[in-house]
Amino acid sequence: MVIQTPNGFSLDNSGRRIVVDPVTRIEGHMRCEVNVDENGVIRNAVSTGTMWRGLEVILRGRDPRDAWAFTERICGVCTGTHALTSVRAVEDALGITIPENANSIRNMMQLNLEIHDHVVHFYHLHALDWVNPINALRADPRATSELQQAVSPSHPMSSPGYFRDVQARLRAFVESGQLGLFKNGYWDNPAYKLPPEADLMATVHYLEALDLQKEIVKVHTIFGGKNPHPNWLVGGVPCPINMHSTGAVGAINMERLNLVSSIIQKCTDFVNNVYIPDVVAIGGFYKTWLYGGGLSSKACLAYGDIPEHPNNFDPAQLYLPRGAIINGNLNEVHEVDVRDPEQIQEFVDHSWYEYGQPGQGKHPWDGETSPRYELGPNARGTRTNIEELDEAAKYSWIKAPRWRGHAMEVGPLARYIVGYAQGHEDITNQINGLLRTMDLPVEALFSTLGRTAARALEAEYCARLQRHFFDKLVANIRNGDQSTANVAKWDPSTWPREARGVGMTEAPRGALGHWISIKDGKIENYQCVVPTTWNGSPRDAQGNIGAFEASLMDTPMERPDEPVEILRTLHSFDPCLACSTHVMSPDGQELTSVKVR
Amino acid sequence: MSQIETFYDVMRKQGITRRSFMKYCSLTAAALGLGPAFVPKIAHAMETLPRTPVIWVHGLECTCCSESFIRSAHPLAGDVVLSMISLDYDDTLMAAAGHQAEAALRDTIERYRGNYILAVEGNPPLNEDGMYCIVGGKPFVEQLREAAEHAKAIISWGACASYGCVQAAHPNPTRAVPVHQVITDKPIIRVPGCPPIAEVMTGVITYMLTFDRLPELDRQGRPAMFYGQRIHDKCYRRPHFDAGQFVESWDDDNARRGYCLYKMGCKGPTTYNACSTIRWNEGVSFPIQSGHGCIGCSEDGFWDQGSFYDRVTDLTQFGVEANADQVGMAAAGAVAGGIALHTAISALRSAQKKVQDRPSTAKEEA
Repeated sequence: MVIQTPNGFSLDNSGRRIVVDPVTRIEGHMRCEVNVDENGVIRNAVSTGTMWRGLEVILRGRDPRDAWAFTERICGVCTGTHALTSVRAVEDALGITIPENANSIRNMMQLNLEIHDHVVHFYHLHALDWVNPINALRADPRATSELQQAVSPSHPMSSPGYFRDVQARLRAFVESGQLGLFKNGYWDNPAYKLPPEADLMATVHYLEALDLQKEIVKVHTIFGGKNPHPNWLVGGVPCPINMHSTGAVGAINMERLNLVSSIIQKCTDFVNNVYIPDVVAIGGFYKTWLYGGGLSSKACLAYGDIPEHPNNFDPAQLYLPRGAIINGNLNEVHEVDVRDPEQIQEFVDHSWYEYGQPGQGKHPWDGETSPRYELGPNARGTRTNIEELDEAAKYSWIKAPRWRGHAMEVGPLARYIVGYAQGHEDITNQINGLLRTMDLPVEALFSTLGRTAARALEAEYCARLQRHFFDKLVANIRNGDQSTANVAKWDPSTWPREARGVGMTEAPRGALGHWISIKDGKIENYQCVVPTTWNGSPRDAQGNIGAFEASLMDTPMERPDEPVEILRTLHSFDPCLACSTHVMSPDGQELTSVKVR
Repeated sequence: MSQIETFYDVMRKQGITRRSFMKYCSLTAAALGLGPAFVPKIAHAMETLPRTPVIWVHGLECTCCSESFIRSAHPLAGDVVLSMISLDYDDTLMAAAGHQAEAALRDTIERYRGNYILAVEGNPPLNEDGMYCIVGGKPFVEQLREAAEHAKAIISWGACASYGCVQAAHPNPTRAVPVHQVITDKPIIRVPGCPPIAEVMTGVITYMLTFDRLPELDRQGRPAMFYGQRIHDKCYRRPHFDAGQFVESWDDDNARRGYCLYKMGCKGPTTYNACSTIRWNEGVSFPIQSGHGCIGCSEDGFWDQGSFYDRVTDLTQFGVEANADQVGMAAAGAVAGGIALHTAISALRSAQKKVQDRPSTAKEEA
């Protein structure tokens, strides 16, 4: 049967059904089903969030100053971004302005996370969709060295001996017969298109990036005490500054600042000398594989982030852009107001929850959720052994958020398309430069590869911004301001009896919002709408498909039994399922629907 | 199985000399805090053992344990995965997906029956027939049971697998339970923390590979070598606690001087972990050093002990072991009873001095 979706896709589920569960190399648990036609082209896509934790109900009745720690545990990959969103929501509700230094430190931490997350995503979660480490064994180390020096003359680790050593190690690993993480990979699938030398170069960088990422996060460790899951504070940051006097080993002093500065330099060098050149080099071999655009050319959403001044979220004061693009019209970028009940609404018609009325959407401040796990009449298998889902019914633990009724893509590509459409100077220059280098038209952005490239460009931009806020911090301390926390409203007795607030960030994976209601010093309601809820959303009552599903449409598969192309495109979103699937109701009624056995 | 190589074979094939191999063994011994006498033991273990297969499964979790694991500096996570273990199933990092991933899991269980380690990150929810966490169309708890059946031992990574963590905090809507409530017939090593320290994670694994035995566990099933002491016991700000010098408000002068965070809710006095000794991210810092109190993330049920900023009032012990317990208890009673803190502290100090004067405590301190 062929169905036309309102958002412009033609779904046909008559062909062979392919199931991928678990989808690996993502955060959390996810399932994907597609139908392919006789030519192996995907004609229907169904993406399912397969976990649910119920964090927001756990938050009810707790101290709002603790909420950052709970919500931080929504995700350990984008660690810190939920915590930042949470302290912003509480500060918004209580009218707290943080010190200038705290704004610089928070921005450095958030930018640091973007860089870390993008690097780890590209090398450790995404690269194996493009790179074949087994094929790397056939590479000539000398030719690999030449390739390395050609694509990145400034990267010092490029000698033939270096590549020979790592190749020997890889060979020993493969010949041991214990393939570990490479076991059962798709290594003879023709979807892999790199020559052996490019495979070797990228595999070597997989290991370099693994060593580097543990250095990047030390910015979190310095300011937040640990990573994953650094510490945050409502009203500022917990780390004091003591630049001139007797005092704290742990306070931010000259030695700590020097360490931060050296890490910022390492981030910058790696992104410029390794990450961006790799994306250009690998992308160059896949220039004809421009599938996976999905919603990116139709509907993109960004909240914006990285405020120049404390608590000022005016779009003109943000380094990452805010705006919405709908109906594929890049000439008009709409204003986004996350407080407006008409703009962001969540639907559950195809999610394992129930609302009062079918087809009804709810703004997060009025959000409600009763879990209701049930398979549709056309599902195959049993309740606890699903063989095939019935997407005409409920089929995911993810809700379906919509912006003015539109399914939206969020994430680095969405941010960059919004920025490009707005004429954001840095973003426009970066995109035009990359397209020129790769000799590609602007339409090439709307693809799996475009998503992957936007992430790399953003890492480069974030590395520059990290330096900006470092310099700003130093300048402000030099001007005599060492404060890092505003404690005027730390004591709950200073709070109004009731307050509502919202916190926004651009998480590595896209637009993230937390909505909080406070009553009598406690959390009355807490709702999060997270990037993978947008991207991984199931269908809505009108039949609009979400970004994951849209991106898989019309992609040819070399071998339908080997999901290389599905993984490649899903991974380009950097899915985070623990984030996406935890929403709960404000009223406590859902607890009665959870059967305790 | 005969083609399976030992660590030593693999290292020699990489062109590593015998001399370098022995040096590596010394470094490993040093990293584990062991003396030179252990170097030959490590060398022997690596010469005779194949890379131990590890199956790493994920339940309800946030992946912070995996993220922490890859932060390990000694040994490097890359070296662990390439040369020490064979990570045959880990849905966060493995190349294969879907049917091929499930086949890798089945194959490893079959081939290394009784010889693989099962590492569990996250925990199984039991409500809704377990379908709050689905893997391969089935409840995660089934995958956990299947993988556990033939495992040699189980490592419960982090607070989720060890105790339940945030999804099990009140009211625990999915009825998420720690691993040991579902698997009861296998040795389980609990490595709590949210997440655990990277080098503690790789330290536990390398200890098991090196000595071919489980680490010594305390009554809660945690490795004694890393969880034997409170953060407070080895905190570098401890002298300020003893001297009654406290941070009174965020970013006050005392905070800038690095005074004790006890009054800001620090849970160091009741938390068993290695944060104040090993520290985080290659020893760069730990929460207290960076100005925020410990939130007690390696303790059972730490989410439900009141606010992270509430003062610890059940402070029962003061680092100087057994004999100090009674003293500490009395002092804590005083604190809880609302007597001005400096009084309690000075009581503590004199009590502690008494204890320290006893010759027998020297050994326990060491």
